[in-house]
Amino acid sequence: MKQVILAAHFPGVNNQTVWSDPASGSQIDFASFTHLARTAERGRFDFFFLADGQRLREQRGRIHDLDVVGRPDSLTVLSGLAAVTTHLGLAATVNATFNEPYDLARRIATLDHLSGGRAGWNVVTSSDAFTGENFRRGGYLDHSQRYERAEEFVRTTRELWDSWAAEDLVADPVTGTFATREAGAFAHRGTHFDIGGRFTVPRSPQRHPLTIQAGDSDGGREFAAATADAIFSRHGRPAEGQAFYRDIAARVAAHGRAPGSLKILPGATFALGDTDAEAQEHADHIRRQQVSPQTAILLLEQLWNRDLSAYDPEGPLPEIDPDVSEDRSIIKGRAGMYRDRLKTAAEWRALAEQKRLGIRDLIIEVTGRQSFIGSPARVAEEINESVQSDAADGFILVPHLTPTGLDEFVDKVVPLLQERGVFRTEYGTTTLRGHLGLENNG
Amino acid sequence: MSAAHLHLAVALDGAGWHPAAWRDPAAAPKDLFTAAYWAALVAEAEHGLLDFVTIEDSLGPQTTHLDGPDGRTDQVRGRFDAVLVASRVAPLTRRIGLVPTAVVTHTEPFHLASAVSTLDYVSAGRAGWRVQVSGRRTEAAHFGRRDIPELRPEHIGAAEPPPVFRELFDEAADAVEVVRRLWDSWEDDAEIRDVATGRFIDRDRLHYIDFEGAHFSVRGPSIVPRPPQGQPLVTALAHSRLPYEFAARSADVVYVTPHDAEQARAVVAEVRGLGAETLKIFADLVVFVGEDARNRRARLDELDGAAYTSDASIFTGTPGELADLLLDWRRAGLDGFRLRPAVLPTDLSAITRGLVPELQRRDAFRRAYRASTLRGHLGLLRPASRYVGSRR
Repeated sequence: MKQVILAAHFPGVNNQTVWSDPASGSQIDFASFTHLARTAERGRFDFFFLADGQRLREQRGRIHDLDVVGRPDSLTVLSGLAAVTTHLGLAATVNATFNEPYDLARRIATLDHLSGGRAGWNVVTSSDAFTGENFRRGGYLDHSQRYERAEEFVRTTRELWDSWAAEDLVADPVTGTFATREAGAFAHRGTHFDIGGRFTVPRSPQRHPLTIQAGDSDGGREFAAATADAIFSRHGRPAEGQAFYRDIAARVAAHGRAPGSLKILPGATFALGDTDAEAQEHADHIRRQQVSPQTAILLLEQLWNRDLSAYDPEGPLPEIDPDVSEDRSIIKGRAGMYRDRLKTAAEWRALAEQKRLGIRDLIIEVTGRQSFIGSPARVAEEINESVQSDAADGFILVPHLTPTGLDEFVDKVVPLLQERGVFRTEYGTTTLRGHLGLENNG
Repeated sequence: MSAAHLHLAVALDGAGWHPAAWRDPAAAPKDLFTAAYWAALVAEAEHGLLDFVTIEDSLGPQTTHLDGPDGRTDQVRGRFDAVLVASRVAPLTRRIGLVPTAVVTHTEPFHLASAVSTLDYVSAGRAGWRVQVSGRRTEAAHFGRRDIPELRPEHIGAAEPPPVFRELFDEAADAVEVVRRLWDSWEDDAEIRDVATGRFIDRDRLHYIDFEGAHFSVRGPSIVPRPPQGQPLVTALAHSRLPYEFAARSADVVYVTPHDAEQARAVVAEVRGLGAETLKIFADLVVFVGEDARNRRARLDELDGAAYTSDASIFTGTPGELADLLLDWRRAGLDGFRLRPAVLPTDLSAITRGLVPELQRRDAFRRAYRASTLRGHLGLLRPASRYVGSRR
């Protein structure tokens, strides 16, 4: 039987993270990160996962103020977590557009050393001039080039990681050789990077820290199939998950890579209860907290692309159609979510009419995202079934509460997966690659 | 805090500041690239109640040449990212300040602001930063984005340095200004969690920083809420007029390198003359401490094949002699010292277990931490955000 891979996502800065619940704690204090990481390690999870953002989202030209906002620098907080955990993998989302290979390769290799081989990097890109306003070069990258640059970025990073051979660090006080003359030498000439010199970090425990990819476009899938060790996918439901899995497997084979060398990990949310009915009630409660009346209007605006602040959240959908102009977006700092606005709006109108839903209830209906709702036994079974049927290799779990949102899962679902023999009861390795059963490149 | 107390920091670098330190019998050269090594050093510094440790870094390997690698294989080469080292040891310590070096020349001020803010969160208010300029062509080639002319010995401390160096320091000052504005860009009470209106933050208490400079512009606000200290400590090493001006304009602490008490007096006068009334001035000293200090130094010089020289003055002697020197130099108007242990951990433990008790006996150093933040150790208040009261 396939073993399930589990990762813990620190709750993000969007409306899925509930802050209005009295149990919701700080999204920024280190104690919150420690709590979630230790919970994940107690549950023998493969890794801890952090998202990233480099510009605060705006809507209607103003900073978005309804969701949890404010988060730490990923690699810096993970380095702190390396001190309070011993086995848990530590994966950071870091943007390849607003960083340079030399600096980022140093930081990731440093984390790999400081964590004893537990570092991972979720490679994301941005072609967004809005985010670029916080950086030296600004929005300089054409959308079509972003994976091209990302792929060269990852390749360059690995060249830097390879620039120290294991035997380059000698440190022999008797002969007086500390490092070989070749240690760290590199030269990379490419389209996006033309660099050379000496890298300062000796070969790290995993040699190549884990790379994860999260984009879903054709370019993103190709990029992952060519270079990544894992995909953070959005296809969590069985049928679409299997289709995605087959697509990626074919691409991986086309790149001459071994089957199973790229792990597919959909993001997943969950709601638990002692019974399935209780879990459904819990899920409904979470959804209402996730979609306040104000949030309902803003989420509707993201489809309509218009200021809808005059509408009643409990009232009917707007008569007016969405604004489909390409060059004007009501929201900035967040990727577009709707390909065909008019079609989606028509579907929402039909659904609202059929079920007699006002704006807020409709939004709750169409944006509800819990992947697993049920008793611990049901959730364990569904997770296992997804993995055994090749809809996924495991899941990156996104709790809706900071920092205690994973506690119940670890206490109640993990033991059931362990009983089924599909999840470890003790760590068998100390590196992130080891946990995932991927060749340790060290 | 007694006004008579001086401030003490140690500068951690590799196996110590002597280039052959890694060959000393007490050194652990194979451990330099482990977390345990750094954790033990910082714990020892905290045991000695020191104000803070600094952690050296650079965007290129250590070298004896001004402008790039020297091809030597007999000295420590290789370094970790210092911010991550500081963050790794933060949860294992409780009081000591953590001041990593980070280069501003090839990095993004937005990232630096986030990283140091995060270190301040991880350490609960103990973060600082040593701002470093990179003037090496070889380091610029690691990024491939700009050309920098060759750095030559005669440029160091020159009365009129080449224009590019003024430019690099101006850029550094802009970078610090951006970082400081970003730290202030969230007012302390910006997070309101107001269920009635559905608002998590009060957006009027978040601020665009709208920085426009010669090298970059940054819009803001930060993605990290205002750090625990408000403004983590900004520090800089300076040997001459240009970096003194930079430090006076941008830093909270400057490390200077006088070679005797008289020079110290002149440096303090020059720096204070730049209008830096509140800037803390620390003198850097390389130290070999202990009864056998002279022998150790001679032995290491022999191993390295040359007598050790440094930009800073090199002290060799007993804890009592070092205490005499520090108290003598302090009368020049210095606020404290950043000691560079010649050999780790030997000279670090000689500081914490020899020098510190000696200074305590003379009532010149704290007997317990009185504050829990780095600013607190230095007697600096937590500043209000510059944007308080400016509502959009």
